[in-house]
Amino acid sequence: MSLALLSPDDWLAVRVSVVVAGRAAAAGLPVAAGTAYLLARGRFPGRTLLDALVQAPLVVSPVVLGFLLLLLFGVQGPLGGALMRWFGIRLVFTSAGASLAAGIGAFPLMVRTIRLAFEAVDPRLEMAAASLGAGPIDRFVTVTLPSAWPGLLSAAVVGFAACLGEFGAVITFAGDIPGETQTLPLAIYSDLQSPGGEAAALRLAAVAVVLALAAVAAAEVLAREARARGAA
Amino acid sequence: MSARLDVSVGWSAGAFTLAAAFTAGPGVTVLFGPSGAGKSTLLSLIAGASKPHAGHIILQGEALFDADRGVNLPPEARGLGWVFQDARLFPHLTVEENLRFGLRRRRGRPAFIAPDDVARALGLERLLARRPRHLSGGEAQRVALGRALLSQPKLLLLDEALAGLDAARKAEILRLIERVRDQFAVPMLYVTHSLGETVRLADRLVVLQDGRVVAEGSLGAVLARTDLPALAERADVGAAVEGVVARHDAARGVTLVRGAGVEWVCPPLDAAVGSRARLAVLARDVILALAPPSGLSARNIVKTRIDAFAPRGDGSVLVRLLAADQPLLALVTPDSVSALDLRPGLEVWAVVKSVALEGVGRQGLASAFDG
Repeated sequence: MSLALLSPDDWLAVRVSVVVAGRAAAAGLPVAAGTAYLLARGRFPGRTLLDALVQAPLVVSPVVLGFLLLLLFGVQGPLGGALMRWFGIRLVFTSAGASLAAGIGAFPLMVRTIRLAFEAVDPRLEMAAASLGAGPIDRFVTVTLPSAWPGLLSAAVVGFAACLGEFGAVITFAGDIPGETQTLPLAIYSDLQSPGGEAAALRLAAVAVVLALAAVAAAEVLAREARARGAA
Repeated sequence: MSARLDVSVGWSAGAFTLAAAFTAGPGVTVLFGPSGAGKSTLLSLIAGASKPHAGHIILQGEALFDADRGVNLPPEARGLGWVFQDARLFPHLTVEENLRFGLRRRRGRPAFIAPDDVARALGLERLLARRPRHLSGGEAQRVALGRALLSQPKLLLLDEALAGLDAARKAEILRLIERVRDQFAVPMLYVTHSLGETVRLADRLVVLQDGRVVAEGSLGAVLARTDLPALAERADVGAAVEGVVARHDAARGVTLVRGAGVEWVCPPLDAAVGSRARLAVLARDVILALAPPSGLSARNIVKTRIDAFAPRGDGSVLVRLLAADQPLLALVTPDSVSALDLRPGLEVWAVVKSVALEGVGRQGLASAFDG
């Protein structure tokens, strides 16, 4: 068995996974941060509904999510049709669509992580900043974000790792296209379906585990450095 | 430029209702009252952290809040410095960055208070590079005071700014607040439930009880009122006498302070001859005599006339005296009142032990109160 050496096909799946998950985490982070801030600090009608909507992907089957995405973002769907007509963008069966599908599943985890970080920021510090002349955006950037950014970092990592592992929504919405939407879990499943593919599946599984662990370790190191600098 | 603050607000939450109106001028206005009277709530309404249901808040002619005209400036636009009981320094910034936070956001107000002067006045020079987590409670509160000052506020709000500190730190910060008042001429609204801090700092006193302003005026006038439970029912109820340091008598170990036509014998005061001194005469330290007594160790014997009586909840009687125009308070038992046949208009001699007199400019004052 050549566990240590990855085939070109393996590398392709790794690259697709990193691109799909990285894009999903990067694009999802600001949206998740905004949503988390609204939920942590906002007082507006419909807050409970927003909270429920954000949590929904946790309890809805990924295949159902992928199917709903198909209905919405399919070329005939209301949003997909508009994107196609106005921007010429097609999400179904594309790498960007895989990011969307993976990101939807990871979104609640990211929001929850960031929300905890925002809620841990003392609102009295924000009040102090306001009394010193800082407006809402100024306060958010200079007081809230610096205090909450380890939370944002871990949200990005959690999001990235969750996107790496997403299967049902990706295969339903974006299909299983090698080099385009076939991420590690899809490649592993595909290898398992073909006779003699167990070795390749094992290699990819190992890579998936290493990738996730590396991401978590990197975040831990960054957070520790941030804390050390804060204590200087 | 008028330093005047004009407040008239209504606010309620649950069973608690605040309906308070008062004015504040230059110098230090103390907002005094027992815990739960609504002092901090009133301060947060002025600062803009909460919104009144009705009324107005006018500072130097500008409406910060006016229900009738629909004006409600956000906190950041009010130009107020706010010093909290907990220092609330930004943990991710150094002391120097904290100090400059408000200076950079002063919204066009002239920078008449310089960072170097504040750092020197508050003894912050050696702390500038530190992070808040490496400061002691007293140091953090000094930085918070400096940070609020450097935002070049039109009015400085201090909310129980000494409450979390030990006695030595309290005395130190009190001196610094006096220095800030004298050096930078920023009007202050100072919230406290401590009578010691009140007598030490107040030019003007506003008494708040159960969400209402029950008295406001000069410190001496309000302090000598016998009809305010927030004051009269306290063990350390007393009067304030404004005076001038007449001379130090090292041989006798006393300082003589002239005030209200009387030369008061005080413990040595750390203040220059000719400087202003404020004496606190606690009612429990005053003895009444029908004739000028002799052979007493008490050094201050003042001829007064009885103005009024007020029975207290604990059965004792608070007697209001007038030495010329200077009001004094004495605490006696009903037994004394009948035995001496005390009645309004009667001339009596108020006897005050010299050690009971303590003045501004020395740590001692705070110790007479709140004990």
